[in-house]
Amino acid sequence: MTLARRADNLGLGALAVSALCLVALGAGWFSGPLNAVVLLVLVCVLAGVVVLAVFGGPEARHLLAPYGLMKPGLLWMALFFLAPVWSLVRISLSTKESRFSVQYNFAWAWENYSRAFSDFGGQFQRAFLYSFIATILTIVIGYPIAYVIAFRGGRYKNLLLGLVVIPFFTSYLIRTIAWSTILADQGPIVSLLSTLGLVDVFEWLRIMDNGKLINTPAAVIGGLTYNFLPFMLLPIYVSLEKIDANLVNAANDLYSTPTAAFRKVVFPLSLPGVFAGTLLTFIPAAGDFVNAQFLGNPNTTMIGNSIQDQFLRQNNYPVASAMSAVLMVSITALVLLYSRLFGTEELV
Amino acid sequence: MNTLRSRIARMSLNVFAGLGLIYLFLPIFFIVLFSFNKPKGKYNIVWQEFTFDNWLDPFSQKSLTAALWVSLRIGALATVISTVLGSMIALALSRRTFKGSSAINLLLVLPLTTPEIVLGSSLATLFLNQTYINFGFVTVVIAHVMFQVSFVALTVRARIRGFDWTLEQAAADLGSTPQRTFRLVTFPLILPGVLAAALLAFALSIDDFIITFFNAGSTATFPLQIYGAARVQIPPQINVLASMVLLFSVALLVVGATRGQRSEAAKAMKRPKIKIRK
Repeated sequence: MTLARRADNLGLGALAVSALCLVALGAGWFSGPLNAVVLLVLVCVLAGVVVLAVFGGPEARHLLAPYGLMKPGLLWMALFFLAPVWSLVRISLSTKESRFSVQYNFAWAWENYSRAFSDFGGQFQRAFLYSFIATILTIVIGYPIAYVIAFRGGRYKNLLLGLVVIPFFTSYLIRTIAWSTILADQGPIVSLLSTLGLVDVFEWLRIMDNGKLINTPAAVIGGLTYNFLPFMLLPIYVSLEKIDANLVNAANDLYSTPTAAFRKVVFPLSLPGVFAGTLLTFIPAAGDFVNAQFLGNPNTTMIGNSIQDQFLRQNNYPVASAMSAVLMVSITALVLLYSRLFGTEELV
Repeated sequence: MNTLRSRIARMSLNVFAGLGLIYLFLPIFFIVLFSFNKPKGKYNIVWQEFTFDNWLDPFSQKSLTAALWVSLRIGALATVISTVLGSMIALALSRRTFKGSSAINLLLVLPLTTPEIVLGSSLATLFLNQTYINFGFVTVVIAHVMFQVSFVALTVRARIRGFDWTLEQAAADLGSTPQRTFRLVTFPLILPGVLAAALLAFALSIDDFIITFFNAGSTATFPLQIYGAARVQIPPQINVLASMVLLFSVALLVVGATRGQRSEAAKAMKRPKIKIRK
């Protein structure tokens, strides 16, 4: 039966068509009776696959199986991940009838985007600058820890790894609030620094501002660094752990200095971990607003704060959506560029 | 080779890593310490005096306890749904390559390379545009499942990458029905990976703030409750509950680690040490 032999094409086609139907329904491509037609197409396609699986014989079932297994999960993602992206872009190009209205009309309103850039350009810059610095700091702090655990941990390797992960079992918000306690004016670090007479040095380094640690850009960057450190440390650890110790021994046997052995053998082999860690740190950090809110001041807000404020407080969905869309597009572009430059074959 | 200089370099790296661990534990130390504080006023920020009161009465903040309960319910429901959906995807992806699998891989990675705030706000625009469900419990579960599915699928796939699928064929050759093969061969073998993924998914759901914030309406999960409360007060009960969660997960980790060691030791005893293939 030719139909049964082509079952994989049919399965893939059915998956694609049903996903498209759900995106169309979720994102509101059509209105009124056309929606019913789309729903009918969706039901027919799903029923058709079931019929093929039941009557197509073992070969068809074998070919259809992977698509059938994936269908529920992928359709969920089509409806609640892909369709929302479409509706986000749609709202970002819509206009509100009035300030208090909840009705939006699609109007190719590019002025939302120009408003996003003109009113919130500073927030965009800070989001990318802060998360860039935080990402560098997580490498500087995380790499040596991962290195020591991977190569010198010995039998305590798993214990040390557990110790690294344990702090992140407490809630993200509570950790950030704890940092605001630690960095507070009456907190231990400020008093330690003033006892040691280091306040001036920290002022000069621009870490402190008027004797304050909290509510400074440094505090926001510090919070981001702390909260996303495991996302850098763990991938680096995984790639260091995979390195064959014989390679390092070979380098030493060939009269390489320890530094050169690290630079030419260990470090290049650990780059996939650094690459994955950079993505896992930079992307969430760029969209974060918790650290800026609890550790920063009104002049250190990041784009996440503005999106949150415009969306949930001002109910200004078009501009908030435009900022979200810009963030999404620029992150995607950065990720593509970065993987083109430094990329390894495998992302995850 | 072991000159003084290289020994010093070695030591200083170890010291740096040790300091790094202390840095990681600094806020945790403060969270636990301040759970024993008797704060003056509404903010538990300045150390006043030592007390056990907060630990004796951890559930005195009714709204906080209620929110913890909501979080646990949402986490449980979303984890069950996403573990089933994600494991099915992982099973399909790891058996063999088929048409469209690279596009599907891309779709799975996309939610991880999208900032949470974009995921949260875009899903909220979807819910805004319809009239069937209101923001609340259901929308939060939907949102959590959406990002959990990717994590589960990728985790399970990574864990069962080395799985020997010929075992299934062996079962079939011995006359087992597909259902029986799944129940007796496939399922027990993938179970550890599935459980690990479920644990990760549950942890992500319990701790999620940004995506939930956009889709919760008036439903308060534990992180949302803390966020709302932090503007007017920070009661020490927050620290007590956080310390409890910490103790619980450390206990879980210890149990898991010792059991893992034991089962590995048992495996090493049983199995002859021949490496057939990687």
